Amino acid sequence: MSNFTSLFNSYNWDVIVSDIYSKTSADVEAALQSNKRNLEDFKALISPAAKPYLEQMAQLSSVLTKKRFGNTMQMYAPMYLSNECQNICTYCGFSLTNKIPRRTLTDSEILKEAAFLKSKGYNHILLVTGEANKTVGVDYINNAIKILKKEFANITIEVQPLDQDEYELLVENGLYAVLVYQETYHRDEYKKHHPKGKKSNFDYRLETPDRLGKAGVHKIGVGALFGLEDWRADSFFTALHLQYLQKTYWQTKYSISFPRLRPHTGGLEPKVVMEDADLVQLICAYRLLDEDVELSMSTRESEKFRNNIINLGITSISAESKTNPGGYVVEPQSLEQFEISDERSTELIAEMLQEKGFEVVWKDWESAW
Amino acid sequence: MNDNLKIGDKTFTSRLFTGTGKFSSSTVMKDALLASESELVTVALKRVDVANENDDILSHLNHSRIHLLPNTSGVRNAKEAVFAAQLSREALETNWVKLEIHPDPKYLLPDPIETLKAAEELVKQGFVVMPYIHADPVLCKRLEDVGVQCVMPLGAPIGSNKGLKTVDFLEIIIAQSNVPVIVDAGIGAPSHAAYAMELGADAVLVNTAIAVSQNPIAMANAFRLAVEAGRMAYNAKLAPVRQTAEASSPLTSFLNE
Repeated sequence: MSNFTSLFNSYNWDVIVSDIYSKTSADVEAALQSNKRNLEDFKALISPAAKPYLEQMAQLSSVLTKKRFGNTMQMYAPMYLSNECQNICTYCGFSLTNKIPRRTLTDSEILKEAAFLKSKGYNHILLVTGEANKTVGVDYINNAIKILKKEFANITIEVQPLDQDEYELLVENGLYAVLVYQETYHRDEYKKHHPKGKKSNFDYRLETPDRLGKAGVHKIGVGALFGLEDWRADSFFTALHLQYLQKTYWQTKYSISFPRLRPHTGGLEPKVVMEDADLVQLICAYRLLDEDVELSMSTRESEKFRNNIINLGITSISAESKTNPGGYVVEPQSLEQFEISDERSTELIAEMLQEKGFEVVWKDWESAW
Repeated sequence: MNDNLKIGDKTFTSRLFTGTGKFSSSTVMKDALLASESELVTVALKRVDVANENDDILSHLNHSRIHLLPNTSGVRNAKEAVFAAQLSREALETNWVKLEIHPDPKYLLPDPIETLKAAEELVKQGFVVMPYIHADPVLCKRLEDVGVQCVMPLGAPIGSNKGLKTVDFLEIIIAQSNVPVIVDAGIGAPSHAAYAMELGADAVLVNTAIAVSQNPIAMANAFRLAVEAGRMAYNAKLAPVRQTAEASSPLTSFLNE
């Protein structure tokens, strides 16, 4: 059966980069005026030539988002289950070579963290782990889903890529969505940043959304980690991936996230800096390309940025996140995967959203399905 | 003249049905729904926390005029839809269900095959089934055959506000239906709603156009008036649109000479 790799291999990174950087204001204007935008339009919209059109893009993005998603904002919270990891990733606090205390939550610890998030109002939860297949393999994840299914309406995971049959098992037990970011679509750069561990296999990761689609998961989240390579080219490939997936696995919903490299222990300086204006441009470009895709914003971004970005196309956000296992109540002092930037409480974020005219959506799924 | 609409065991004075999604707050939603004078309001089961007695949406819909119409939005096949309907009957104490099966999460288009299967089963289980479907006249008759109490064909893709793009098929459905026809999805302006009513639709369901308007309460009011006007025009019989030219010099008058 087909997968994304063959399509991906027919593209050349450098050609895409030069395509994007040679777009002109005429290309941008044509893209803005089109009522059915394609990937060529997307290239124009993320190109430097589109910078003078940012306000126009934002206005359009805001209107399109409102039409599809209304005046609502979905809330979710991450729950880190483990920081054990056999991979070396140059940019990650949990990387194998980082000398940090490792911890994997027990059932009772998971329930304690869950109770805290429930008390805050959360009904959609994102479970995160490193990649340690012996201790935090599919059995561990399956067990976590089973015990949390009674507590939450909607469970998403962001864990190591798994095989199709493993995903099928998790879906059967109540898994709703899986987030799996390619980090970078640049093959050689990917190798540099993932020198050791199962994650060093570029193709296995690239084909993960295919396995997810075949396993019938309800939602797949894709994205790139900004800072490793040219964000424009990485975003083009993310959009290419998205459109391939939408056509192939048409019963699945999709979301896109925009993680920018954050400071952490053993930190890596971004090779390519993505400015705030760049991220705004990208979010609007995605919305102009696709009216229906969910766009998600984490607490990596600053208070000011998040206050303003919610009007531009974002459809779900987190608040008060902890990126360490047990970070909410079990062991608040342990080391985080990365530093979050917006530290406001859930209550404050909900209040801010209401003030800006959004209904805060806590529950938009039924775990019984 | 009594012009009430009867569906199942209920009689409605208002022919404007409404939805509860996309509003900026539950208070705005409630005010808009009251302004619309709608008596049947659909709510997505997945958005409601049935375990929570003080659920924000449900508590705002607690009004003597408003009947709840739980919908199965989010399910992907007949089996899940039947399960969802059972869940909602238990939790919300109503055997009414708006049957929505859209396996395609992008355009939210209804699956006709799964919908027919689920409708048949739910009717057997005693539900008042209101199926959301394509404007497919044959499917409407098939649904009627299995005992649904009305059909809800779409005017245009849901949330698109494009109006009655399926008008030719809606006219056929209205002409041959033995159950009420409710035009659902795509109605973006009061003029679209009035048009549907003039065509002879029994009711319309509107959500996005009210919820996303700059002034949902005024817009709800506008839709109320449009639906009333359209219905009144339908009852009064529209003057026929002339399909043929009336020649000033008749060509066949010689036959009478």
